[in-house]
Amino acid sequence: MTDADAAGAAETADHEHYEAVVVGAGPGGAAAAAALARQDVETLVLERGVDAGSKNVSGGLIYAEESAPYTIDGLFPDFREAASERPVDEYYIHNVAGDRVKTFDLDRVHHHDTDWCDSVLRRRMDSWLAERVHELTRETGGGLLTEVRVNGLLRENGEIVGVTCDEIDPIRADLIVAADGVNSELARDAGLMDWDDPDDWFQGVKAVVDMDPDVVNDRFDVDPDGGAAHLFSGDLFEGVRGGGFLYTNEDSLSIGTVFHLDSLTAERAEPHELLDGLLTHPLLDRWLQGEYEEREYSAKLVPDSKKVAHPSPHRGRLLLVGDAAGQMQAQGPIIKGMNHAVTAGGLAAEAFVEARTRGDASKAGELYERKLREEGVMEKLRPRRYRASRAVSENDAVNRLGSALIDSPLGAAGLRAAEGLAERAFNSPLLLGMVPDTRFSYVTVPSRIAEVLGEPIEERSYADSSDDADDEDGVRPPDLADRIGDLTYDVGDPHIELLDESYEASGAAVTACPVSAEAFGGGCYRDERIQTNGEEKRVVSLDTQPCIECGTCAVVADTEWEHPSGGKGVEFKEG
Amino acid sequence: MHTVVLTKGVPDFREGKVAFDEDGHLERGKTPTVMNPNDKIALRAALQEKVRHGGTVSLLSMGPPGYEEVLQEGMREVYADDLYLLSDREMAAADTWATSITITTGLSKLDPEPDLVVAGFKTADGETGHTGPQTTWCHHMNDALPDRSLVTHVVALDVDPEADTLRAKRLVEGDVAEIETVETDLPAFVVTDPEFDPSYHKAAHRLRYKDLREETTERAESYEEHLTTWNHEDLNLDPDFIGLDGSPTIVSGVDPIPQAPSEREATVVSPDDADEMEAVVDELAAFAGGD
Repeated sequence: MTDADAAGAAETADHEHYEAVVVGAGPGGAAAAAALARQDVETLVLERGVDAGSKNVSGGLIYAEESAPYTIDGLFPDFREAASERPVDEYYIHNVAGDRVKTFDLDRVHHHDTDWCDSVLRRRMDSWLAERVHELTRETGGGLLTEVRVNGLLRENGEIVGVTCDEIDPIRADLIVAADGVNSELARDAGLMDWDDPDDWFQGVKAVVDMDPDVVNDRFDVDPDGGAAHLFSGDLFEGVRGGGFLYTNEDSLSIGTVFHLDSLTAERAEPHELLDGLLTHPLLDRWLQGEYEEREYSAKLVPDSKKVAHPSPHRGRLLLVGDAAGQMQAQGPIIKGMNHAVTAGGLAAEAFVEARTRGDASKAGELYERKLREEGVMEKLRPRRYRASRAVSENDAVNRLGSALIDSPLGAAGLRAAEGLAERAFNSPLLLGMVPDTRFSYVTVPSRIAEVLGEPIEERSYADSSDDADDEDGVRPPDLADRIGDLTYDVGDPHIELLDESYEASGAAVTACPVSAEAFGGGCYRDERIQTNGEEKRVVSLDTQPCIECGTCAVVADTEWEHPSGGKGVEFKEG
Repeated sequence: MHTVVLTKGVPDFREGKVAFDEDGHLERGKTPTVMNPNDKIALRAALQEKVRHGGTVSLLSMGPPGYEEVLQEGMREVYADDLYLLSDREMAAADTWATSITITTGLSKLDPEPDLVVAGFKTADGETGHTGPQTTWCHHMNDALPDRSLVTHVVALDVDPEADTLRAKRLVEGDVAEIETVETDLPAFVVTDPEFDPSYHKAAHRLRYKDLREETTERAESYEEHLTTWNHEDLNLDPDFIGLDGSPTIVSGVDPIPQAPSEREATVVSPDDADEMEAVVDELAAFAGGD
């Protein structure tokens, strides 16, 4: 035992203790904390942002599922009026090939098991939730603190007994809920999650675009208390596997793209350019009509629950919920994360209270795992059908065969004959649970649908556009430097260390990082050539100042990755 | 534990707030009065001790009736349980000595034995830094009041209410800046350094801080209910010993600070004049290589 250890052990008796510590004040953490507080569990919530939501980004639609044991409005009764943007009752997917598009109405899959679905912006939503959570938890003797970064687990004789923080002294707890997001440092400290395989992750990039409420109502043909969601797939994204989305908010639009990180990396694609490709696509012109004012650019990693939703998301007193546990369901057009985080948070709280009542709080983890299974959460996150079909469908030979078939005149005839069937297939949760993660599903099929069944994209006649349209040839999104400029905050000490600066090991970050680009000097990762002993070496340099903490580089480059300290780093105003 | 914090209103010297006349004299009428920024630091030290140990924080000032708003500002932006204003025409135009006598009397009426009195480091207008230490002397001169040690330049503070002691870190500026740790008995008089930094290393403290901040912001809305105003009669003070009459300081004159002579030559160039702009580019071109 070192002196420091000895001093640490001597201090343990003095550590503050709370019955429960919840790390992270997103929907998962908020749900867990509210459910715990309602059961009189003394609960402390620690959030590293200056405000809850300031670190959080989502697409974002939040669902309340009929089958779910917990919903956000069940836990926070005024949620929809106070914290969400618009109810989203229309849902479409646009299959695009060149200048042709075929639109399917996804009404059925959208409403399947759905009580309601609202668009949200996370700063507004999470900060509202945090106020409620503070009120609830304060009554138990705990409360919610912002600007505190939990940096690891407190252990005693190898057992997890609490958390350690940058800003305050270590805290002991009987229950630790890690709701600290996709880059959960607690999940990694416990060895439950890693950043090893790009195949496990999606990367989402989003622009929040200003639009007057009346204009939203008019251009999307929705009621003031209604909204629409549009998905985009096909050949808009240079063959990178993924798609785009557009959701209507109260007085803005959330427009973004989501790609498989392995595909993004392999194609050396620039995420901001792919987003711009969508923003400037003629298909979006019908809504933007040459007007574009970007409020915020943001990005995040998205776990692919089919691969990484942890089947036993607990270790000792530590329970993982939400993105921290990989609980993000993305199966074709079914994109659900926040609702599962809410359910998981509720179930984690329930498990702890039950275990404590039975006299053994240490059983909370096992109980939580069982509840996730019995309530059907795990089956949604990791469908057995997908596991069964994956081995075959993600096989290269099968894919080539499928592509050849669908590209053939025979395939085209089949599509034409079965147009209704194709739309129904897109509306089937059962089939979507089996969708393989291949280029075939994301690019080939949607493109072929558009080629065979699609109509030419209607060009807006410029006479219709308003006089002050920015640009009659479409919109011009800000360049990366401007986007970064709007997001730059004091990050404090560098929180990411580049372990291997060679281009082979870490070069992928130059393109995959959403705030870096080839031949761009203002981003996090820069591609450089240096002369050593007459030899030219290609290396990567890192400046964490523009970092938006998405975690992409932790996966695609060789880094030692941590979050900045409490209150430091990026602060999303929209999220 | 009872802590009293001393404060003064000063002209708001921030850019955009402060107004000067043509001769460079401050225009008091056009410049808003705010709480002396250093006193907010003193108040933060008092709040830190309240968070850690409970008790009461009183905020006291001497000045015209308009200083009510200065006290309100302290309550709203930092913390105060109650406010005290010593206000009277007879107290006007006091130097630091007459001020110290008045404040000592006000303090002893408020609480003859507060555990801690805290003042800020210098006011933004007077810049003397005298009033705090002189108030301690006044205490020493009055046998009816307990002696209290004076600890200045405090950058960190830790009171032990059970042992009735105080431990402080002082920033001692000499040829090199040093941090000196001192310990003394309560009651004590503390002057915070501008570098004072409150610290909250326990979650319970941060939660309590949040509660207290919420409470005090709300209380400041109706600060009048928590405000006590005393004139010289309330304090039983002889007008000959306070205000202008009680001030031994004589201001013989005020010299404006001479403007520093410009050491660089400037040439005005019109951006619309192509020839002139070209000449600028020619001049700058020599430095373009980074020399």
